[in-house]
Amino acid sequence: MAEYGGNAKLLAGGMSLIPIMKFRLASPRVIVDLNRIPDLSGIRVDGNTITIGAMTRHQEIEHSQILTQQFPLLADAAALLADPLVRNRGTMGGSLAFADPAGDWGTCLLALGAELGIRGPKGSRAVAIDDWFKDTYTTALAPDELLTEVRLTKPSAHSGSAFTKLKRKTGDFATVSAAVNLTVGGGSKVQGVRVALGGVGPTPLRAPQVEKALQGASTDPSTLASAAQLAAQDAQPSEDTRGSVAYKKAMAQAYAQRALGQALSRAQGRTG
Amino acid sequence: MPGNSPMKPTEHVDVKVKVNSQAYERTVPARMLLVDFLRDELRLTGTHEGCDSTHCGACTVLVDGTAIKSCTMFAAQVDGSEIVTVEGLSSNGGLSTLQDAFRRAHGLQCGFCTPGMLMAVHDLLARNPHPTEPEIRAGISGNLCRCTGYQNIVKAVNVAANAGGKR
Repeated sequence: MAEYGGNAKLLAGGMSLIPIMKFRLASPRVIVDLNRIPDLSGIRVDGNTITIGAMTRHQEIEHSQILTQQFPLLADAAALLADPLVRNRGTMGGSLAFADPAGDWGTCLLALGAELGIRGPKGSRAVAIDDWFKDTYTTALAPDELLTEVRLTKPSAHSGSAFTKLKRKTGDFATVSAAVNLTVGGGSKVQGVRVALGGVGPTPLRAPQVEKALQGASTDPSTLASAAQLAAQDAQPSEDTRGSVAYKKAMAQAYAQRALGQALSRAQGRTG
Repeated sequence: MPGNSPMKPTEHVDVKVKVNSQAYERTVPARMLLVDFLRDELRLTGTHEGCDSTHCGACTVLVDGTAIKSCTMFAAQVDGSEIVTVEGLSSNGGLSTLQDAFRRAHGLQCGFCTPGMLMAVHDLLARNPHPTEPEIRAGISGNLCRCTGYQNIVKAVNVAANAGGKR
């Protein structure tokens, strides 16, 4: 990558790169195939950290017991992502580096507060997911760098997460998606919460107003519902073939509310 | 390749591959798609090319045991791999259990999607030998039947699952 720079592209699962090459939206002179580097793939647990290799296929994430247990929103998202044949091939790192504004992994990882591991000619560095997405199809990755892994911290005992998605049909990107990760503290108050929305901005977005309304709030359904209303304000959608601005804002609210409810019941399930 | 000095990009790539247990060696353009390699180089035209855009699944084959859409992979990437195409499903010249289930349940109309359906269902049943109807429908959700003959395809998968054993 250092030698060929902008003339080269890294090939992960190829589920985005090969289609855009066919459309001549990308015409790289050189392709570097990452599929023969086993160290880039797989799910590792090391103390409190769970690491997902960038080349881990969606299908492995869908069926990973440890991820389903610790971060159920990842299994929610994997099962709704593209179709089973694409999931056999596509990778988490490829999806993050492609940075489609409706990409599901970005939305999930924003809710989880993930850290991304990057390697380049100058060595390794880490980027918080909040600093990863710069613009549509644009990330913090330099042309000579490689995204190697995603690092997650095991959630505390009273945490729950969920992902919901509206899509027109199998294989389509999200019209709107919502990811929630919340922790319930003493007195049934929300102790910590991260909410992210996909498909409603130039990149996957945090939903700061929803988060602020929930922080320290009680967990009754009406509080969740009124917080979810703010998702319509946090969303910054543009009109396209998937719907109007008003429709997407309404759906952001509805899908955020569902994700909040599901994350809460999972958090309470953990509480026992 | 392991242990070698950095590879230089080339416009043509040597591909050594096993397809349906038979070994092949070809030198192909680096950007040749796997589906075109199977159809045009190896003349295995059972694998169909429908949409050429990762949607329809007619080009589905097994690469090292996993079902993938061969229009969205380069031939260069399968060097050293084992591939099964629809031609490899039956070993004795007859129909495999799965193929026979499609025949008996009328799981095809025009037949264009059938090779891809068979390969996707092969993968589904390998992971989940007794899928529920929603699981079957999810399992073939990456394969389009433009005749919309899904009802009988789902039935055929049920017939195959109940026949059990060898596919």
